[in-house]
Amino acid sequence: MRRHLISAADLSRDDATLILDTADELARVSDRSIKKLPTLRGRTVVNLFFEDSTRTRISFEAAAKRLSADVINFSAKGSSVSKGESLKDTALTLQAMGADAVVIRHSASGAPHRLANWVDGSVVNAGDGTHEHPTQALLDAFTMRRRLGTLEDRRVTIVGDVLHSRVARSNVLLLNTLGAQVTLVAPPTLLPVTVESWPCEVSYDLDAALPKSDVVMMLRVQSERMNAAYFPSAREYSRRYGLDRDRLARMPEDAIVMHPGPMNRGMEIAAEVADCARSTIVEQVANGVTIRMAVLYLLLGGETQ
Amino acid sequence: MTDYLIKGARILGGEPRDILIRDGLVAEVGGGLGGAGAAVIDADGLIALPGLVDLHTHLREPGREDAETVESGTRAAALGGFTAVHAMANTSPVADTAGVVEQVWRLGQEAGYCEVRPVGAVTAGLAGRQLAELGAMADSAAGVRVFSDDGMCVSDAVLMRRALEYVKAFDGVIAQHAQESRLTEGAQMNEGAVSGRLGLTGWPAVAEEAIISRDCLLAAHVGSRLHVCHVSTAGSVEIIRWAKSKGWNVTAEVTPHHLLLTDDLVERSPLGSYNPIYKVNPPLRTREDVEALRAGLADGTIDCVATDHAPHPVESKETEWSAAAMGMIGLETALSVVHAAMVETGLLDWAAVADRMSYRPARIGRVAGQGRPVEPGEAANLTLYDPAARTEVDPRGFASKSRNTPYEGLTLPGRVVATFLRGRPTVLEGKLA
Repeated sequence: MRRHLISAADLSRDDATLILDTADELARVSDRSIKKLPTLRGRTVVNLFFEDSTRTRISFEAAAKRLSADVINFSAKGSSVSKGESLKDTALTLQAMGADAVVIRHSASGAPHRLANWVDGSVVNAGDGTHEHPTQALLDAFTMRRRLGTLEDRRVTIVGDVLHSRVARSNVLLLNTLGAQVTLVAPPTLLPVTVESWPCEVSYDLDAALPKSDVVMMLRVQSERMNAAYFPSAREYSRRYGLDRDRLARMPEDAIVMHPGPMNRGMEIAAEVADCARSTIVEQVANGVTIRMAVLYLLLGGETQ
Repeated sequence: MTDYLIKGARILGGEPRDILIRDGLVAEVGGGLGGAGAAVIDADGLIALPGLVDLHTHLREPGREDAETVESGTRAAALGGFTAVHAMANTSPVADTAGVVEQVWRLGQEAGYCEVRPVGAVTAGLAGRQLAELGAMADSAAGVRVFSDDGMCVSDAVLMRRALEYVKAFDGVIAQHAQESRLTEGAQMNEGAVSGRLGLTGWPAVAEEAIISRDCLLAAHVGSRLHVCHVSTAGSVEIIRWAKSKGWNVTAEVTPHHLLLTDDLVERSPLGSYNPIYKVNPPLRTREDVEALRAGLADGTIDCVATDHAPHPVESKETEWSAAAMGMIGLETALSVVHAAMVETGLLDWAAVADRMSYRPARIGRVAGQGRPVEPGEAANLTLYDPAARTEVDPRGFASKSRNTPYEGLTLPGRVVATFLRGRPTVLEGKLA
């Protein structure tokens, strides 16, 4: 493993498989009544969140605590950052405090790359702008592997705002590394202009893609896109790209439905689809803690003091 | 005033000649010249070029003296072989009145390293709503002839038309920063494969090309002179080539960095991923664009090289990408970068370098006494350049107050050995005189 986890592209197939296998072992711990392991006792993990994301922050916090690490939550609001402190000065402060790992969430693409220049500890990207969210891709892959057995040659369809989605970028990279076949489905306005250079298929037609999918992953549509001419209206988007009961019926019987959350029920996904047995949405949340334990364990575990 | 006898310089890369400088003028050019009492400069192996003229320099004064001053910027210019620079108008206050342009012009005179030609803003406050007092700036002591809202595009087509028409009265030129604003909202880098992978909002080539097309048509319609700042795309070169083929009075510049660097440096470079040292407006483009720009400069479609020297303090670049300022410094590396991109590739010889970096920019800016051949009777503005030297770029040695060079650690060909401004050395032996 490398020192940092910043992009899904950093992971070789062996690296990714090691993380997934480690998560499988750690999942057994999560099933016990006492969920805590002593592995990272005495190590400090800082959650550095410049963007509100309660879900991701508590997932990393739970993961670090189950490995007995000390956790410091540093949120930009109410801190020196809101008084204009630079990312570099924040990094130097954390460095001086001896952070072994910094989990960073930031609205700017590439902020974790910059942070890694200024701290000695491991940097874990918990979502940077519209770039990547590698632990989300890992937990998605973990969820798929548990449901489908393997990812080799599985057909994964990712639907929605690919242009602005860090989840899509990380998933395309990681799923390609793991041997899955990815198809992106979106209105043309929500695809990067050079998406044909990505290692995946691209389609504008959800109905054509559904029967050929083992996994359908719906992406959240941010409300700010709705007023920026990416599509005419929320209803039209939902009609053309939303996953409703009729479309669910066109998927193969054992195909699963995924969503990274938080969902817009009734927009990109119908409530009854989100809550059906083929939906893995709640499992994804549980698996998120497990996969982040595996990541922290592998980045920090080998060198306990 | 000391006389100088330059021995054995290869003028425009030709055969070795001696150049005698007396009373601020080139007095004699020839073989075996003697100059009683003149200081002798051994120029064996050096190339003599007319003093370089930059049409596009940000000197930051008044307002951002932490990044650059007229004095520090013109020291950098002299070290780069320049004898004239055009100081862009986006200062604070904006150079949109006779008072501000005269202040900048006077600061240049006092510093004495370089002729400073202020550029006047096209619109008051660069706000794009009403014309600044262009005539007052033209008539001022600064004698402004180049007008630009650089940093901002004159977007309003009617305002652009009026500006193009109005400056005809005093032989001015509008230098347009071509950027369609709606197509570049929040733009961070060239829109292409790299921006798609990096999740950075794209600055599409069409946003530049659409404005250049419109402005060429406007300039033709009203019979005015248009100058296009920092052309960065292959499509822009095609449009300008077409406009020139019609006989329209359109000129264009390209920066050294757009001749050498590409957008994949944002993703992968020795200076790290997402390093804002590569953040610039217009953005670094693709290899195909670089090739088209080089070809355009070689065939004269693009008239000149202009640095767009844009100093920023360290803290404006030591940030996450989206928070960083746009721009890179370039005065002290310009000639070496052109050497690497155009001369070493066989696209330009030294006579053509003189044309693109001195003669033509001086003509576009209507700068008297600059951009003239190294011949008896001409003002002694010239640069001695050692083409055999190779230098690793170390920003700590720069005269610029800022350090935001994208070439740090890169070994570039050539070195400016001496610069003369109207017969007086501003640089000798590679150091400020």
